[in-house]
Amino acid sequence: MQDLDKLVAEATTLFASIDDADALEQAKARYLGKSGALTESLKGLGKLPAAEKPAAGARINVAKQALEQALHEQRERIAERALESRLSEESIDVTLPGRGRGMGGLHPVSRTMERIEQLFRSIGFDVADGPEIETDFYNFTALNQPENHPARSMHDTFYLADGKHLLRTHTSPIQIRYMENNQPPIRVIAPGRVYRVDSDATHSPMFHQVEGLWIDEHISFAHLKGVLVDFFRRFFENDQLQIRFRPSFFPFTEPSAEIDMSFGDGWLEVGGCGMVHPNVLRNVNIDSERYQGFAFGLGPDRLTMLRYGVNDLRLFYENDLRFLKQFV
Amino acid sequence: MKLSEHWLRELADPALSTEQLADLLTFGGIEVEAVEPAAPAFERVVVAEVLSVEKHPEADRLNVCQVNAGAAPLTIVCGAPNVRAGMRVPAALVGAKLPGIEIKLAKVRGIESQGMLCSALELGLSEDASGLFELSPAATIGASVREVLDLDDHILTTKPTPNRGDCLSLLGMAREVAALSGAALRWQMPAAITPSTDERIVITVEAAADCPRYCARVIRGVNAAAATPEWMLRRLARSGIRSISAIVDVTNYVLLEMGQPLHAFDAAKVQGSINVRRARKEEKIGLLNGTTLELSPRHLVIADDRQPLALAGIMGGEYSGVTATTRDIILESAFFAPEIIAGKSRELGFGSDSSHRFERGVDFAGTEPAMERATQLVIQLCGGQPGPVCEAKGELPSRQTVKLRLARARRVLGFTIDSNTAMSILQKLGFQPRLAGDVIEATPPSYRFDIAIEEDLIEELARVYGYANIPAQLPPAPAALRPCAEARRSPAILRRTLATLDYQEVVTYSFVDRAWEEDFCANTSPIALANPIASQMSVMRSSLIGGLIQAVSFNASHKQSRVRLFEIGRCFLNQDALLQPWRVAGIAYGSASPMQWGRVERPVDFFDIKSDLESLMTPQRVSLQAAPHPALHPGKSAAVMIGDIKAGWIGELHPRWQRKYDLPTSPVLFEIDLSVLEGRELPGHREIARFPAIRRDLAAEFEENVQYEDIITELRRNGPAILRDVTVFDLYRGQGVQKGKKSLAFSVLLQDTQKTLTDAEAEKAVAELRRILQEKFNAKLR
Repeated sequence: MQDLDKLVAEATTLFASIDDADALEQAKARYLGKSGALTESLKGLGKLPAAEKPAAGARINVAKQALEQALHEQRERIAERALESRLSEESIDVTLPGRGRGMGGLHPVSRTMERIEQLFRSIGFDVADGPEIETDFYNFTALNQPENHPARSMHDTFYLADGKHLLRTHTSPIQIRYMENNQPPIRVIAPGRVYRVDSDATHSPMFHQVEGLWIDEHISFAHLKGVLVDFFRRFFENDQLQIRFRPSFFPFTEPSAEIDMSFGDGWLEVGGCGMVHPNVLRNVNIDSERYQGFAFGLGPDRLTMLRYGVNDLRLFYENDLRFLKQFV
Repeated sequence: MKLSEHWLRELADPALSTEQLADLLTFGGIEVEAVEPAAPAFERVVVAEVLSVEKHPEADRLNVCQVNAGAAPLTIVCGAPNVRAGMRVPAALVGAKLPGIEIKLAKVRGIESQGMLCSALELGLSEDASGLFELSPAATIGASVREVLDLDDHILTTKPTPNRGDCLSLLGMAREVAALSGAALRWQMPAAITPSTDERIVITVEAAADCPRYCARVIRGVNAAAATPEWMLRRLARSGIRSISAIVDVTNYVLLEMGQPLHAFDAAKVQGSINVRRARKEEKIGLLNGTTLELSPRHLVIADDRQPLALAGIMGGEYSGVTATTRDIILESAFFAPEIIAGKSRELGFGSDSSHRFERGVDFAGTEPAMERATQLVIQLCGGQPGPVCEAKGELPSRQTVKLRLARARRVLGFTIDSNTAMSILQKLGFQPRLAGDVIEATPPSYRFDIAIEEDLIEELARVYGYANIPAQLPPAPAALRPCAEARRSPAILRRTLATLDYQEVVTYSFVDRAWEEDFCANTSPIALANPIASQMSVMRSSLIGGLIQAVSFNASHKQSRVRLFEIGRCFLNQDALLQPWRVAGIAYGSASPMQWGRVERPVDFFDIKSDLESLMTPQRVSLQAAPHPALHPGKSAAVMIGDIKAGWIGELHPRWQRKYDLPTSPVLFEIDLSVLEGRELPGHREIARFPAIRRDLAAEFEENVQYEDIITELRRNGPAILRDVTVFDLYRGQGVQKGKKSLAFSVLLQDTQKTLTDAEAEKAVAELRRILQEKFNAKLR
């Protein structure tokens, strides 16, 4: 029986020395195969006297289990090593760039326009749209700019060759169209392209505006200030931002103001606003005794320049990818 | 308008610094755009008299001067050609700091120079470096040149809004300063001058509505060649007005001072009476700016018995203008109605200081005082004997009383402005307010053309009270939620989808080159602008394609080998009506994917972009119909269909335009109506089939002209009921396939909703599909 212990010790040492799965199975056969050493021992049981058989059988079983355990462990070890070696062979340079399609992006002015929309939507404003080829009525007359009024000289307008239409010089005509179709209370902004005969380093013949309008029974100049100060602070994410209102003149608002924002050591004009002129309300059949409110016009191009540090307006309309890709 | 701060302070002088004064005006509603010093900083420069001039012994071009600068005579070496004994000039003393240089005791070719005599350039007063800046012989020797020339003045550039024509004068600005600051207005309306002759002019005003008041007076025996005094020249110059002659300078001076445009005629050129009338057809006038104008009854003119002499309120005529030899003048001061002047300068292409004021409204009570003021100055400068003021007067504008309800002001402004404050503001503005209960009645003065309704008065209160003093408040608003349509995709969502699909957004001009419309849209009658800024921006686009191609071309020329762009914008169509649809367009140029490792580079093709379009339009199903488009390759172009609606186009740029627009390879592009893209159906649940599906492949050869979409549609429509899905997985031409034919391989998914399919049932279904391919498409099965 000491032979059995020796056998187990010898086999365990042998198994542990084998690195190859096939060689291990061959080694197994030497002990557990049909004519393996242990199998032979089992066969020898029959020759033993009946009284010894159970004890001997039990010992052989213990030895067999020990062998199988050793075998199992070595199999695992070999498999583990094989996996490790495969994994190390398969390792890649994870720093190589990813493959697939690229990523485009939004125009910086679109980013600004969407941001303005989001902010005003968050306090319940509707978003409206209107035609870019307008009539004299919606662009001027309905906005209280009578024929030959000097205010018209402030906007040098593109006219169509048909003599009947013009390119809107501001988004304010959308105010009129919206008020024609909606009754107060009205809260709406209208973003879009506008056109003026002007082209130099600081002017583009086409640019953007966002018009805003809030009409209700008690919407006052104090509210105008409150909403716009709030807007600029949220837009620039700066609660310290200083906003000031300078008296100005627009035919469609009264009182009117230019809006300046603190910037560096100075101030920059960022929009115009005022209380909607009663004539404008009258033009769209809104009772100007009962209803009042404010309108404003913001320049998204200018706001984009300030927000992202762009120093030349013309870059927005050159469509140079080297510029546009900076705003992805 | 540019004006001298010192002049303004002569009329109203609040205890404010220059900067504070500018802010007072800006925040009172009269913007001060710029404040500049009248002269650059320099010091220790005094008035000196040149006592003697001697040639420098060592240098031909230099002189050695003895100079009296107020103390002991100084020796100063001077190279100026105009130096002469007796003249008075600025002398920079030793230690003086001039713009850019400091004056030290220095030897010039061996002679010590105790200072420097200065040119205007050296003092920074002008670009004139031709010689010494000669001062008036009356200038006090030893006095600071800054004081003598009033150089510590500032020039304010104001930008009054178009409704405030009354602020286009020193007097008007002084009124504002007084009202806003409380300082006293130091101004007396000029008294009438006693005529020394009784020569009258006959004035006929035919166009009474255009000219409600016309005053004229003859001044005989003037010296038109007299010099304009320095103080007047200085004030004119600081307002940017060039000196012409003493008489013209006087009219300009009064225009600046009182805001009343004036005109002087050479009386010798005026025949008979003065008539203010509309011009007649075919009349002409040569104007002072050198242009000759064909007149029409739209123009108001001042005429004598023979011809038009001046374009009323805008510009005088060359013929009747004052010259150096003029002996007698007729001085005109009139009130022309804003309506007859307004818009004219835009029409003519030129305006004048006069038209600028008349179109905004000139004080109709100031016509005569301005005439008196100008007369006084003409006599002072040029002498002469004035006749009586002759006047033709029609119906002047009226000034109605305007009611202001304080409650209304409170509601509009959002805070309480008490009646005392309101009364005091309106009083200071000269509105003669009367308070009755909660209502103020105010009458605007004759110089204000912008006060007619209650809001006008509310605005006056707000601006004088100060916008900064009005509180900022957030308004209360109903908390109703806004509608939020799920079956609508906003442009914001589409933008992000396109960006994710590797397209960069651009913004291109809505006005384009006429050639683009012809080339890309076959549109020979585009919507044209009457006044385009440039010929390549002369018509409105009817498609986004041109702008995108130009943007690709621009970037390609800047060494970008792969460009993918999109734009969302309006197009403009002149069909039965004027249409302005929103469109979405995309363009892809260069390789299909960004340069990368482990992948073969290939140019982008039709199907890459079709795939992008399908992703963009998901969940709507896109189907394409081969059709020609002027911009596109005829064999690679299709209409994009959503059901029966033609939503847009997709295709490869026509090789002809690729060459013409300088692109190395043809881009692929699409353009779709935004309204179609915005719509989508709400998703809805359908039962998931529980029984296993069977997949079978089948391949067949077709004629080249058989279209995939037709095959699929036919199979779906008429195939067995258990056909769940069918897709193409291979398209093959070449060996083994007959020339002129193509082989398509389909993967077919079969599934029954009620039970597990047997192989036999699947085979039967496949056989049915094969039969359809054979019968309907004459396919050769493989």
